[in-house]
Amino acid sequence: MLTNIISISLGAILINNFIFSQFLGCCPFLGCSNKVDTAVGMGLAVVFVMGLASAICWVIDQYILVPLGLAFLQTLAFILVIAALVQFVEMFLKKMVPSLYSALGIYLPLITTNCAVLGVVLLNVQNNYNFIESLVYGITGGVGFLLAIVLFASVRERVEFADYPECFEGFSICLVSAALVALAFMGFSGMKIF
Amino acid sequence: MSTILLAILVLGVLGGIFGALLAYASKIFHVEVDPKQAAVRECLAGANCGGCGFPGCDGYAAAVAAGKAPTNKCVAGGAEAAAKIAAVMGVSAGDVEKMVAFVPCSGTEGHVEKRFNYSGPIDCQAAMLFGGKSNKTCTFACIGLGNCVRACQFDAMHIVDGVAKVDRDKCVGCGACADTCPKSIIKLIPESQKIMPACGNKDKGAKVMKMCDFGCIGCMKCQRECPADAIVVKDNLAVVDVTKCVQCGHCAEICPRHIITWFGK
Repeated sequence: MLTNIISISLGAILINNFIFSQFLGCCPFLGCSNKVDTAVGMGLAVVFVMGLASAICWVIDQYILVPLGLAFLQTLAFILVIAALVQFVEMFLKKMVPSLYSALGIYLPLITTNCAVLGVVLLNVQNNYNFIESLVYGITGGVGFLLAIVLFASVRERVEFADYPECFEGFSICLVSAALVALAFMGFSGMKIF
Repeated sequence: MSTILLAILVLGVLGGIFGALLAYASKIFHVEVDPKQAAVRECLAGANCGGCGFPGCDGYAAAVAAGKAPTNKCVAGGAEAAAKIAAVMGVSAGDVEKMVAFVPCSGTEGHVEKRFNYSGPIDCQAAMLFGGKSNKTCTFACIGLGNCVRACQFDAMHIVDGVAKVDRDKCVGCGACADTCPKSIIKLIPESQKIMPACGNKDKGAKVMKMCDFGCIGCMKCQRECPADAIVVKDNLAVVDVTKCVQCGHCAEICPRHIITWFGK
């Protein structure tokens, strides 16, 4: 069990990183990586929501959809759950933990449409994970996203001052550097733990 | 058929439960927002220039609504906004003296001695890193690489012949240029003040003569001839006392170096 959890975590963070090897959640990855501060905010919000969504969607799937033979509704039902969940979490934080709410700020509602969140709950079903494994996969998948976006934001902050050809200015150099960071992460691909 | 009905039922019920939960949660977790804050926000110019000293218009509106900030801090909105906010808050508005930015330098291209030909990044701060304080021999001069132009959100700053010039019609007096100027030479002056010596050099006259075709040499002619005793030479530099100045423009006409700017003409 423990080795299983460790292999899931390392896999989600490094080997099958959501951004660099599964290409999920690229929109916030490119949109919110201008500064390290905002990248950390976005990453933390994703960790939070992915963990919660994995747990709740697993329950809905196992106790409602599968027993009724409605597994084909997974995508639809999960979107519904994630949207409602994010709304609820936003309200809860605003009232109960205003400091966390203002730290996460605009990123919380943005995550509703983050495909990495939907991706993680669907992958949980695909991989036949149990509750604990789903939860771990959700949280570590988010940590992988956090790692990727913070690394990339640091790269972008450096690139800002670099002397690159003018034709690459703006989004082009951003995509080029994203590709290079992804290449670096390819070093992990195919690795096997235990 | 039954699968379709079941699917509709399950999703409908799920949606209904989530909807009810959210509706209930929004009641429980309701956070009171001061309606005054929204009303104050409406009165502001909405440029988010930061001239009030708060993080954006929303930050200022929140501070005003909480009674922590005076009503006349919105420089972009001016007296009009101050009056509206005062009406919302039920207090009397203090008068807002409209300020505009002023660059006390006349050392235009070709008229001031250059120390070196600078060809690095277009940034005043970067230029200052090369060999000390400036690319011009005059250490009080505007470097003219436009940090202030980039800081201005109102298109009121322009570099003309290597010196920053303020467009007084567009300037709202938020002070962003003054904050960003690495030489800290940009000043905010009341808009009603029409006369300002456009030089900041405190060196002795002979030295200024060598460096710049326009710099103030402290000849004291303006001080002697001012009918209101409003202009005095201090540290080899003419300084206008805005409380005494009668805006006659005589000093601007007689200045042998032609650096006293008269906006009232």
